[in-house]
Amino acid sequence: MQIEFLRKEFTKVKLQLGYIDINDIKFDKNPRIENGVLYVDPDALVASVLQDELIKDAHFEIAKPGESIRITPVKDVIQPRVKVEGPGGVFPGMVAKETTVGSGVTHVLRGMAVVTAGRIVGFQEGIIDMTGPGADYTPFSKLNNLVLVIEPQENFKQHEYEHAARMAGFKIACEIAELARELSPDETETFETPTIKESFEKFPGLPRVGYVQMLQSQGLLHDTYVYGVDAKRIVPTIISPTETMDGAIVSGNCVSACDKNTTYHHQNNPVVAELFKEHGKTINFVGQIITNENVYLADKIRSSDWSAKLAEYLSLDGAIISQEGFGNPDTDLIMNCTKIEDKGIKTVIITDEYAGQDGKSQSLADADPKANACVTGGNANEVIHLPKLDKVIGTLDYVDTIAGGHQGSLQADGSIIAELQVITGATNEMGFNKLSAR
Amino acid sequence: MAKYKIVHYINQFFGQIGGEEKADIPPQKHEGQVGPGLAFGKALGDECEITTTIICGDSYFGENMEEATATILEWVKEENPDLFIAGPAFNAGRYGVACGSIASSVKNELGIPVISGMYIENPGADMYKSDVLIVETGNSAAAMRKAVPVMAKLALKILHGEEIGSAKAEGYIPQGVRKNYFAEERGAKRAVDMIIKKLAGEEFETEYPMPIFDHVDPAPALKDLAHANIAIVTSGGIVPKGNPDHIESSSASHYGEYNIAGIDDLNSTNFETAHGGHDPVYANEDPDRVIPVDVLRQMEKEGKIGKLNDYYYSTVGNGTAVASAKKFAEEIAQKLKDQNVDAVILTST
Repeated sequence: MQIEFLRKEFTKVKLQLGYIDINDIKFDKNPRIENGVLYVDPDALVASVLQDELIKDAHFEIAKPGESIRITPVKDVIQPRVKVEGPGGVFPGMVAKETTVGSGVTHVLRGMAVVTAGRIVGFQEGIIDMTGPGADYTPFSKLNNLVLVIEPQENFKQHEYEHAARMAGFKIACEIAELARELSPDETETFETPTIKESFEKFPGLPRVGYVQMLQSQGLLHDTYVYGVDAKRIVPTIISPTETMDGAIVSGNCVSACDKNTTYHHQNNPVVAELFKEHGKTINFVGQIITNENVYLADKIRSSDWSAKLAEYLSLDGAIISQEGFGNPDTDLIMNCTKIEDKGIKTVIITDEYAGQDGKSQSLADADPKANACVTGGNANEVIHLPKLDKVIGTLDYVDTIAGGHQGSLQADGSIIAELQVITGATNEMGFNKLSAR
Repeated sequence: MAKYKIVHYINQFFGQIGGEEKADIPPQKHEGQVGPGLAFGKALGDECEITTTIICGDSYFGENMEEATATILEWVKEENPDLFIAGPAFNAGRYGVACGSIASSVKNELGIPVISGMYIENPGADMYKSDVLIVETGNSAAAMRKAVPVMAKLALKILHGEEIGSAKAEGYIPQGVRKNYFAEERGAKRAVDMIIKKLAGEEFETEYPMPIFDHVDPAPALKDLAHANIAIVTSGGIVPKGNPDHIESSSASHYGEYNIAGIDDLNSTNFETAHGGHDPVYANEDPDRVIPVDVLRQMEKEGKIGKLNDYYYSTVGNGTAVASAKKFAEEIAQKLKDQNVDAVILTST
């Protein structure tokens, strides 16, 4: 009995998150976290960023909630986290070794983010407004943001530079998170993922619910990485939700910013959080399946077959399916939904809409009556007027050409008229926000 | 307090004038309530009064839309009611279109609130649902007793200036106009709540009802191509040079029927495209690129196909409503059958 007990304890995936609240960020030669204030040395951090030869120049700025600041073009938003106990490190396969993460103790800098911005590849990136109507639509207006503005070398290849910008963000987030390694958290939270056997034994009366997460994998600037592997090259698999809390999935995309998951979204997956809240009460949260959204039909067929097969293998009664992106991935969404429903597993899908600026068009490029339970993150085509703000971090040079902008989006008075699409995270399809449409 | 004034629009049948044989009567105006107006009068209660009922024949309205609309608008303007009720039309197609059309005109030109009622598959429902609040009814007049209370309740809400709830809550056909709002809970929580309800077999409300796609199974393959009469139908807008029927470049209101007997090849001098949704240069340069008359003629000569049908049908698919396309297709299909066509090549751009 004793041995059996120990074995069970050992195999259990259990992660404790220790939250260190960050209420303010200041520049200081002596980097530290003290009384909820993060002090960073911009010069030291810039030196670290410039180790990459593709980056010509970089500087840091601070944007706090309520300030009259517009950040654009935004590439990624990253929450600094550090592995304090247990195997592996944050961002496995990217920054840390590939060792499986998701157990032990991880410290989280809560209330802040590292935002990478600047001339990323010259088109199609998001806007974060720290105040005004735009701020209502992006969750990142509520965070203290340390913004890394990057200036690339000339004559680089787009994909090489995307890699450099992506890695710079992770690197800086990890360096800052180190400051929290020895601190005692303001709050802790523990998440446990059962083994398959335990999942059957523990809550026999509750419906078994899983989470099917679709990862954006349409191509350059539409990529996601899992333990460092390009999600285009994965077949659907099972991942522990706690692994994603340690940065096992990261963003490699920034196009059509409204419904692309930043790394911050992956680290703080709201579907996982809400499923854990009901776990053991109304449902038995069994696990997470990840799949991709490749553009080839062969890949779509294979991946949706596999996600349905894995859902069946886990003996799920129900599944929540979250999409990333729109248009082409609508077909993956509907294939996943119908194939899982055909296995007798009930689904709820989370998507967003492209119903036209007047809201009168059909919202999705594919549909099926089986998708009868749908949550929407809102109509990304809806037009929004963003007033001029006092300060711009980055540049307004691309406002007319980002997805959701149009010729003349940037008005003479400095305000912006564009589709909601331009705002980072506005219609997130993990259900991160309260926005919906009716 | 003065009563709310209501004008009610109905057709010849509900106006108790006659059936199909009276469908050509022009609009007429009656004081007070007529036919279904009695039921509305009761359901709306003492605070409302149907002061005028307008009756018009369905065929008359359809064939004299401009004139009928002008006459009716004039009468409604004189009366200046607080609300205009059209129908309910149930599944009567021409009546539904008339209700939707006149209600839309009253609303947009006179600024008077309107409601109507129809069966979901009434073509008028699809055509006017985004503009007019149309209560979903059963498919025949037998559903009148159920329809009237729902329409009356919605009417009173409008008259009282109360906020109109969701399509589901109020019983009207979803207007298909999507509007963003901030919900109480974040999306992930709403999704978890929804899956719990769905698993428990409880009622839940989807946030986006899936659009209905009309799937048509392809006809079985022809057994004998060598004797088959093949026709061409296109939404690519290929028309005789000069576009004699003035098919619109976008949101087409009609289609054209054109004779190609004796024509072996389409070229830039005899045909062109009316389509405004793509760069027309290549279609105009050689219209065979959109409808392959040259190749089919060749196959006809070689005996590979029996015949290329003398007439082809063309409209513009660009921005054209599904309801219009469906109407064109029904007429075209009948014409093809009358000409003993065995198979159709459908092309689009």
